[in-house]
Amino acid sequence: MSIWSYANPRKFLDTTAPWVPWLMWLSALVLAVGLVWGFFFTPEAERFGSSVKIIYLHVPSALMAINAWLMMLVASLIWLIRRHHVSALAARAAAPVGMVMTLIALITGAIWGQPMWGTWWAWDPRLTSFLILFLFYLGYIALWAAIPDPDGAADLTSVLCLVGSVFAILSRYAVNFWNQGLHQGASLSLDKQENVADVFWIPLLVCMAGFVLLFLALVLLRTGTEIRARRIEALRNRARRTGAVRA
Amino acid sequence: MKALLGRDLRLAVRAGGGFGLGLAFFLIVVVLVPFGVGPEAAILARIAPGILWVAALLAALLSLDRIFALDHEDGSLPLLATAPLPMEMLALAKALAHWITTGLPLVVAAPVLGVLLHLPGQAMPWLLLSLAIGTPALSLIGTFGAALTVGLRRGGLLLSLIVLPLYVPVLIFGAEAARRGAEGLPATTPLLLLAGIGLGCVALLPFATAAALRVTLR
Repeated sequence: MSIWSYANPRKFLDTTAPWVPWLMWLSALVLAVGLVWGFFFTPEAERFGSSVKIIYLHVPSALMAINAWLMMLVASLIWLIRRHHVSALAARAAAPVGMVMTLIALITGAIWGQPMWGTWWAWDPRLTSFLILFLFYLGYIALWAAIPDPDGAADLTSVLCLVGSVFAILSRYAVNFWNQGLHQGASLSLDKQENVADVFWIPLLVCMAGFVLLFLALVLLRTGTEIRARRIEALRNRARRTGAVRA
Repeated sequence: MKALLGRDLRLAVRAGGGFGLGLAFFLIVVVLVPFGVGPEAAILARIAPGILWVAALLAALLSLDRIFALDHEDGSLPLLATAPLPMEMLALAKALAHWITTGLPLVVAAPVLGVLLHLPGQAMPWLLLSLAIGTPALSLIGTFGAALTVGLRRGGLLLSLIVLPLYVPVLIFGAEAARRGAEGLPATTPLLLLAGIGLGCVALLPFATAAALRVTLR
């Protein structure tokens, strides 16, 4: 039994649908543990004060913002190569989740940046590339929404996802280059993971796990919804056809 | 391919082809900037490379939806697809035609508009070079975006939403090269990177464009 048997929409639904509520509760539990631990039971870091605690939302959401795009890339490749509809629908389902994660990362970053850097926004390479990632999500979602034919939409968005990935990586490095040209090595970015002590690192890991579970739950749920919506559409079309034959 | 290129060029130049529209747009954007930021020569000279690059990019964007839309409307796109020419070459020819009718006039007009913005004389060759290297990439990326959105109602706005993020690396390196040229710094590194992106686009994007066209024509 290979993983490809889950490409059958019914099998996929039957397997994942019972999991979704469990995943939801599990992610809520893990997130609650991680956030409460992070917010109330870690010491305040010197230099940062209590503002450091937003890291428990900021870092996991940024992580998932990138991972969501990677997942869409893999799902798009699977759709283009093996033509499994579930894969295309999973990519479609992941996009808005990833976009919201990007938005959370940007907003929490701005809230954190205000006390730390004295500014809500700086054209720092990392910030800028996240803003560009957000634009990529927007375009991808808009293209899905604009094309009426579902298979054509899946094909075109997959191609866009592939090309977009290349250009997103290009932009990441281009932005680095551009900012060096402006700021002459003055970097605002913190090397987050290197100087984080275990006291902060472990609740952060818990929060990351919570975000991963939340992402999984949301994507499975949304993929299920997309499959059901597709099924309703097919039933409607069939009803319309048989109705036309009878009339 | 030559025949297709010639046909596209003739269509663009003759009445109703919209040739020169992008150029006029370029001019108007550049003329509007001093009204927005004030007429001081020092400020204008400092932002001139960036303004010229952004304006050229927007002007190139303006004419993208015409690349395939007219052929799609009158049904010649399926005919072109069944022609012995491979779809990838069709995409390349379309991009080339777009560049000759839009990108090349922008490159030629840029120094004149640079004078309007008090761009220092030493920056002119760098600006020209960066535009000449960068605009073909803009045309190729735009052709890909046009192929994704061909045949969609309200495709124009969607097209800009899709294409503009893809333009980011080209804009960064192009404007950086022009800016360094204006300040008398060595500008070869961004120019080389820009050329790298351009050549990568020539090599890879026609395939993506062709794939998108095949889906649209299915």
